Amino acid sequence: MANIIAGVASSHVPAIGAAIDNKRTEEPYWKRVFSGFERSKQWMATTKPDVAIVVYNDHASAFSVELIPTFALGCAAEFPPADEGWGPRPVPVVKGHPALASHIAQSVILDEFDLTIVNKMEVDHGLTVPLNLLFGSPREWPCRVIPLAVNVVMYPPPTGHRCYMLGRAIRKAVESYPEDLKVVMFGTGGMSHQISGPRAGLINSKFDKAFLDNLSKDPAKLTRIPHLEYMREAGAEGIEMVMWLIMRGALDAKVEEVYRFYTVPASNTAVGHIILENRGRTAGKRAGARKGGGERRRQAAARRGGERIASKARR
Amino acid sequence: MPRTPQDYDDIPGTFVFDAERSREGYGINMFCMSLMKEANRKAFKADEPEYLKRFPLTAEQREAILERDYNRMLELGGNIYFTAKLGATDGHSFQHLAAVMTGATQEDYAKMMLAGGRSVEGNRSKSGRDKPKAKTRSKARSRRG
Repeated sequence: MANIIAGVASSHVPAIGAAIDNKRTEEPYWKRVFSGFERSKQWMATTKPDVAIVVYNDHASAFSVELIPTFALGCAAEFPPADEGWGPRPVPVVKGHPALASHIAQSVILDEFDLTIVNKMEVDHGLTVPLNLLFGSPREWPCRVIPLAVNVVMYPPPTGHRCYMLGRAIRKAVESYPEDLKVVMFGTGGMSHQISGPRAGLINSKFDKAFLDNLSKDPAKLTRIPHLEYMREAGAEGIEMVMWLIMRGALDAKVEEVYRFYTVPASNTAVGHIILENRGRTAGKRAGARKGGGERRRQAAARRGGERIASKARR
Repeated sequence: MPRTPQDYDDIPGTFVFDAERSREGYGINMFCMSLMKEANRKAFKADEPEYLKRFPLTAEQREAILERDYNRMLELGGNIYFTAKLGATDGHSFQHLAAVMTGATQEDYAKMMLAGGRSVEGNRSKSGRDKPKAKTRSKARSRRG
């Protein structure tokens, strides 16, 4: 059976990609950013996942305003890097996992998440920058990648709660896949930043740090943050952080925080990064399952209450 | 027709690219998207007003594009990821655009970012309805969705 063993969150600032591509990573400004990912690369090299499901957003590369899917799952065998106006990034072609991806689609659509299926798509910095940060710059990416593109460009993006629940549905789908696969889930984007309008340049470290704390310890609390609060507190584009909740929803209620890094700025953005491992993996299966079961039941009950409220308020 | 009022209109210095702006700004964003192709960038640079005739734009939108009024473009339905392509066509870095939108010099803007960015204090709300999340308040807000 396939298993989600860990979740990784990371900003996907385009300038980080440019710094890699232009070999500027040793400059003091960029070294401050990249040094924060050294331990993460070691962790990834030891963890050796078979598949990474990468939740990200497209930035007017694969999707213009002609088509704005809320959740688009990449089921193709390959995803070439997109030309974002300066030629495609010199990174390897992303190899997909069509069999697992289509299995996920089948499962989560029946669980009432109406995904868009994408069989041909180019991927931009939103997906490739986090891969660089965690895998470095190899000739080939060391694992298969399933892209999950989320609309966070046009308001409204999906709610944090919806994202979290999609993460849970994805986990259920992965765990019903027969092949033994180690899967790591990526949530990308954020943290606080605003790059548009007279308020551009906004950073809110206090909000970011509380978000990281809760992502680790109390994700349910994060699912209640309304969009208005993200935009007000973390900047109009900071709302990207809802994508981290898809990753978090795919993990246990209780996780082990393995590593965290935060720095300001990279270009116009606060950079946040966290690695969370599913505890069941280290604490032993039975204890994990027993604990997890009760916790899951309790949460499911709370969620049912929450959903009723949400569906009333949102019609 | 005036814009439908939204709760996020209260956030200062921010034009949220919502479904309404997406509809209104379709022409702006499709124009910007066209600049991904070298041939189109050349045609645009050769005769800007003529090139813009290819897209459904209001007089105000055309003017905002021709004058490179980036905030106005956002207000009229442009999205930053799209308008940035116009900036790139002009040979500007993103930071240059950000500085222009904030009314700062690029140097001052860069300094502000290095010093930790623009503070949220005093930048939350136009109306002062910005007391950050007292517990009861944030609960009430989340129920409203």
